[in-house]
Amino acid sequence: MAMQFYTNIDQIMRDRSELARKGISRGRSAVALTYTGGVLFVAENLSSSLHKISEIYDRIGFAAVGRYNEFENLRRAGVRMADLNGLSYDRRDVTGLALANAYAQTLGAIFSDQQKPFEVEICVAEVGPTPAEDQIYRLAYDGSVNDEPGFMAMGGQAEAIATVLKGAHKSDMSLADAVKLALKALSSVGGEGGAARTIAPNQLEVAILDRARRGRTFRRLTGKVLTDLLNGNGAAPAKESGKGDDKATEGAEGAKPPASGPDKPTSSAGSADLE
Amino acid sequence: MAAGFDPSGRLPDVFTNAGTSSFTQFLSQAAPELLPGRRPLPPGSAASLAPHATTIVAITAAEGVVMAGDRRATMGNMIASRDIEKVHPADEYSLVGIAGTAGVGIELMRLFQVELEHYEKIEGAMLSLDGKANRLAAMIRGNLGAAMQGLAVVPLFAGFDLSANDPARAGRIFSYDVTGGPYEERGYDAIGSGSIFANAALKKRFRAGQPIAEAARLAVEALYDAADDDTATGGPDLTRRIFPVVMTATAEGTHRLTDEETAAIANAVVSARMENPGG
Repeated sequence: MAMQFYTNIDQIMRDRSELARKGISRGRSAVALTYTGGVLFVAENLSSSLHKISEIYDRIGFAAVGRYNEFENLRRAGVRMADLNGLSYDRRDVTGLALANAYAQTLGAIFSDQQKPFEVEICVAEVGPTPAEDQIYRLAYDGSVNDEPGFMAMGGQAEAIATVLKGAHKSDMSLADAVKLALKALSSVGGEGGAARTIAPNQLEVAILDRARRGRTFRRLTGKVLTDLLNGNGAAPAKESGKGDDKATEGAEGAKPPASGPDKPTSSAGSADLE
Repeated sequence: MAAGFDPSGRLPDVFTNAGTSSFTQFLSQAAPELLPGRRPLPPGSAASLAPHATTIVAITAAEGVVMAGDRRATMGNMIASRDIEKVHPADEYSLVGIAGTAGVGIELMRLFQVELEHYEKIEGAMLSLDGKANRLAAMIRGNLGAAMQGLAVVPLFAGFDLSANDPARAGRIFSYDVTGGPYEERGYDAIGSGSIFANAALKKRFRAGQPIAEAARLAVEALYDAADDDTATGGPDLTRRIFPVVMTATAEGTHRLTDEETAAIANAVVSARMENPGG
């Protein structure tokens, strides 16, 4: 058997961190921020089917950057955990904090036990009754958690992007303003020589957790709704736009989306109806 | 919460495994005690232990499908509940109504709702209506052991089929028996103790392609007829203002008629029966 040489633990951890950071910085970035009507997620994503942003539960959304297979694995685990807890207790008992804790434990354990850490950064956001009660957690590859103050950026040049957000973010901004700010922040980096660049709307993945809704609040903003918002003539898309879930992406214009006023739960699991 | 304890504190492998998109399949590994069919029952009949939920009717209409259920649950000759709700949305475009042992039925329905939502979230797309119906069949089959000891649950499933070519045929109804199913029904169906009478009423009065408002009225009429002849089915309770639950599934999604709307329908039905008790 080969002789095991002693390696300083410090060194091992440093190497792993470096590997994870490098992997993450190669990918495109994502941001999450609160606005008056909910929580907005925007990610730069060339694919329209491999999502970086998705729904976990009624009021909880998930965004990630880094290696797809690794964060997809975490996303599935989150959906399973949330659905299991929601079935065992009640839908209201599923919280973003519990999920962030589980992710922190999992990422931390993988970071210290496995040869290779996950090269991902994830964001768990929960929409509250008011912007002040929104929770945005940012989880790094090593399991560290940050409770972010109303906005967060992750991925390649997260710090530069966060600086742009910090300068202009207000928790009472409208959805259109929030989307524009997110786009401005994402496109502020990555151009030639670190300059700004333009990102086309079809390279953006945008979703919101809609504060006004009951039941499942997650909705993707795609197509016309999104371009209208970016061009400044989009009123709050209370009735147009997609459905409360991923269906908006399939079937394009096939079926009409259900008219969902704030009073109509979009729930599958009869959230309001079973209470 | 879940099977196994991992000293590192990370989520157990069963959470992160790729593979299944089915919540019940995941539960069978992570928390099998939460699956109703997995519980060993002591020998003997348990039929008289728990309240029974009774009659549900479903009717197709031009815009989709209507499902309605009375509000009574019985235990032998007792009324266990006057205001139980037995018709629920299964997801955005489908409805499920339960008859049989109330507790098992409610549990099965909640599980079915989570099953559909879970698939949608994991896969990013909704199951087809046939896929949903088959999934429910598998869950009913899982309860066969308990059903043979008297804790039977039989659901009625109906929904708006988003992939239907002809919108007039998009409303579809599936029935089940204790061993599973599904059996697709044409036009209308009723389940539960009052189903014979409700079905007989529907047979005479059902018209294909009727507007959804007429179908809703017809559903309440059928429940009235069931309550007329079956002690386990409750009619509209005008004194306590408890009316049947009426839900629709159309291209707009599922919708539950408000209490005022069902009250108006029920009052119209009752006053028509004042003239002609047979309807």
